Amino acid sequence: MRPAYVVRRIGFYVLICAITLFFAVPMLWIASAPFDASPGLGVHWPDWTLENVRKTLDHPYAMHSMVNSLLICVTTAVAVTAFAALASYALSRVRIPGRDALLYGLLLLSSVVTGTAAMVPIFVMMYQLGLIDSRFGVALVMTGGLLPAAIFILKDFVDAVPKSYEESARVFGASTGQILRDVVLPVARPGLATIMVWAFVNSWGNFLVPFLLIRSIEKQPGAVLMQTLTDEGGSVNLQVLPVFSLLFSIPVVVLYLLVNSRYGFRFHGGIKS
Amino acid sequence: MTSATAPARDRAPARDVAGLGVGRALGFVAPAMLLIGAFLVFPALWTIYIGITNYRLTGVEAVSPSIVGLSNYTKALNDALFHNALWLTLLFVLGSAIIGQNILGFTLAWVLRRTRPVVRRTVEAFTLLAWILPSTVVAYLWVAFFDRDGGTLNGILGTPGTAWLIDYPMACLVVFNTWRGTAFSMMLYSSALQAVPPSQLESARMVGASGWQTLRDIVFPHIRGHVLTNTLLISLWTANDFSPFLLTKGGPNHESETVPVYIYNVALQGGELGYSSAISFLLLIANLLVSLVYLRLLRRRS
Amino acid sequence: MAGIDIEGLATVYPNGVRAVDGLDLHVADGEFFALLGPSGCGKTTLLRTIAGLEPASEGTVRIDATDVTRTEPGKRGVAMVFQDYALFPHMSVSENITYPLKVRRVAAATRADVASRTAGELSLDGLLERKPGQLSGGQQQRVALARAIASEGKVLLLDEPLSNLDARLRLEARTFLKKLQRDLGITTVFVTHDQAEALALADRIAVMDSGKLRQLGSPREVFARPANTFVANFIGSTPMNLLPGKVTTDGAVTVAGGSLPATTSSTPTDAEVTVGIRPEYLTLSTGDVAGPALRGEVVVAENLGTQSLVSVDCAGTLIGVTVPEETEPSPGTPVVLTAPASRVLLYTQDTGELLTSTDRTVGARS
Repeated sequence: MRPAYVVRRIGFYVLICAITLFFAVPMLWIASAPFDASPGLGVHWPDWTLENVRKTLDHPYAMHSMVNSLLICVTTAVAVTAFAALASYALSRVRIPGRDALLYGLLLLSSVVTGTAAMVPIFVMMYQLGLIDSRFGVALVMTGGLLPAAIFILKDFVDAVPKSYEESARVFGASTGQILRDVVLPVARPGLATIMVWAFVNSWGNFLVPFLLIRSIEKQPGAVLMQTLTDEGGSVNLQVLPVFSLLFSIPVVVLYLLVNSRYGFRFHGGIKS
Repeated sequence: MTSATAPARDRAPARDVAGLGVGRALGFVAPAMLLIGAFLVFPALWTIYIGITNYRLTGVEAVSPSIVGLSNYTKALNDALFHNALWLTLLFVLGSAIIGQNILGFTLAWVLRRTRPVVRRTVEAFTLLAWILPSTVVAYLWVAFFDRDGGTLNGILGTPGTAWLIDYPMACLVVFNTWRGTAFSMMLYSSALQAVPPSQLESARMVGASGWQTLRDIVFPHIRGHVLTNTLLISLWTANDFSPFLLTKGGPNHESETVPVYIYNVALQGGELGYSSAISFLLLIANLLVSLVYLRLLRRRS
Repeated sequence: MAGIDIEGLATVYPNGVRAVDGLDLHVADGEFFALLGPSGCGKTTLLRTIAGLEPASEGTVRIDATDVTRTEPGKRGVAMVFQDYALFPHMSVSENITYPLKVRRVAAATRADVASRTAGELSLDGLLERKPGQLSGGQQQRVALARAIASEGKVLLLDEPLSNLDARLRLEARTFLKKLQRDLGITTVFVTHDQAEALALADRIAVMDSGKLRQLGSPREVFARPANTFVANFIGSTPMNLLPGKVTTDGAVTVAGGSLPATTSSTPTDAEVTVGIRPEYLTLSTGDVAGPALRGEVVVAENLGTQSLVSVDCAGTLIGVTVPEETEPSPGTPVVLTAPASRVLLYTQDTGELLTSTDRTVGARS
């Protein structure tokens, strides 16, 4: 019995180590290369320097693209949160005619109409609307794409909030506006924060939409700029890209950790566009 | 049900809890519906129209496209490159989603279930990190990992000079997407496993069932629905994933050109908007079918 | 201060369910009134219809002689405590208590006064700055009461006010609630599914079933003279014995192989009836007695504390009877059960309505 048990334990830990290495090894590069005096594509112990960071900060488009990303994603996150909040509250609390059909339609939409399946008509539409090369246009398309799933996640959240909060405020004479401002909004804050982070992270990582719609390099968000720099190749980019990858990843990881620690929230399946 | 509400609706006070009323509620829903309608529903419907025209990015047909009926679809029937894209997408979905993410995700959920918290959290952190990092960063990590000259993989295997992304592009994509998406299946299966009654697992142990027997007779019947829905969902995402473009751009020589990449190349490199719309529409229909089955399964489970 | 008048009230849900079905009710000024019934009987819907949270489909609700059937909940002059208390989690105790005043734009200084005064009345001193999440269940319940009182409604509505407290705390809170209602003298309607709670607290009880009123009366009336077998079954901590019987001669019914005295003036001889008798009103003796009685054998005795519930097998029918502690006979003992005619109730077998309703020997209507 005992030797068999030992063999099983060893096998178990070998399996865990192998899986961990599989996930960890490709990531090691992003930890070492940014601070290496002679960065290459392989992982090796770096010859420590901050020269690459300086190069990246001096790069004509690197920091600029971060600002573009921030502009696009903040707009998207705020719009998604605001519109999804209004819609999900009304759908959760009011028996709108045709509500169930609408919800089913939204659920279908969120998985059927993916960015790749709709890229041609979206491109043509934005082209004809004259919204090519517009950061606002990118935010609009992303907002439309994220809204169905956002409404769903938020509606689940609102459904779980006891109706007695609003009812008691109503019995005490509060108007609809007062109820929404004094009771619903504060109570729903964790849900709103979650959805805002979710929308931000999703649009931050979105490559396809800005890649389709943005032409000029000075308007490109980080996700597209990385691709542009990769295509250029060259040794300059081996100094800039690792640092940029690291910087570009930080907001997503920080937001994830923040939401996870505050609300114990694990990222929703939702749509990955 | 909806008709029964009619007589009660015109009464004050409003039936809902905040006194919003149907009118204002519709006002609350309207902005979201307008955006969804304009940027999601309309494009989806418009693919049908563009798909029956010879619309092009440049040239005469860009200015005045004409209706060509179903000829884009008959063209797709005979297009070897489209068949190639379909076949590669099938391989990609089968290898990275149905087999890769599913099995690795379940293995992780099952193995990590009773390990020490430190070990569990470490492994989970790495898989989650792979899931949340922006796709361009992840793609670049893997381009570096597979690189011919200084790539880490060649360093580990001692095979300098092997151009993995050129010699084995589909295998690389399958490994990449398994790495990228396993976290979702892992999280889904760990919550599904928590719903298996511990008393049943203990009963199995009491009668001396082996680990495999326990899995087959106790665990699997409980999570069968989750396996089905999870497989459908990750297959749908994988089939629509644009990340292969970031690693190989479909090359070399169309060897890794999955349907999403093919659509992009036909539409924006080749400029054939009409034809690419027809293919997009086929992808939409496939998505719709999978989603309908998925929602039906989900509804039956609840 | 105000009374509540309800006439022909019906509340119909969109799916067609008549949760409240044609109800007439008067709650007097200052009365402590209970709505009692099993879950789904419509008692909570009735309370919510009085509050205005459910729209009345038919009939009228008057509070203080004003028709409020179509009035917004906030303008009816009612205060309500919800089953889950509905304390706003983001507001402090003080903000919670004075929220009804804030809605009416009462000055902050006045609000602070009201908060500390009401908190004092409800023994909440020192908790004003806490958040609801930091309070015990009993404290949360008192904050909810304080908020309702601070809103200065004419009528206080309580939805299962004690059900979220654990058993020991519930008795304490019950006493507190009764004293508070006496001190304030405010017309109070409360909903409960717990018959003991209704008997203990209320001046009058309305027993409901399927949206309809089954009996209205003082706790003593509904306990001693249930108007029908539904109420008879529902009220009382030990279930009433309900047995098939037959009226024999004037003044007796045969039941369970024996007979009991009964007031049978309104019932024809040989009528088939349901005989109802509470275990508390049966007398158990071991010797023989004269007059109508039931004879049987003790099966089991269950200890209820100061009493024991003895099950007696009378010709194949199990009959419950309570006896004082330490007098319970051992199983197998032959016993005789007797009861005064005034405690033996006769119900029709088909509708279960009380037959001896003209007889008013017990309790007086208030």
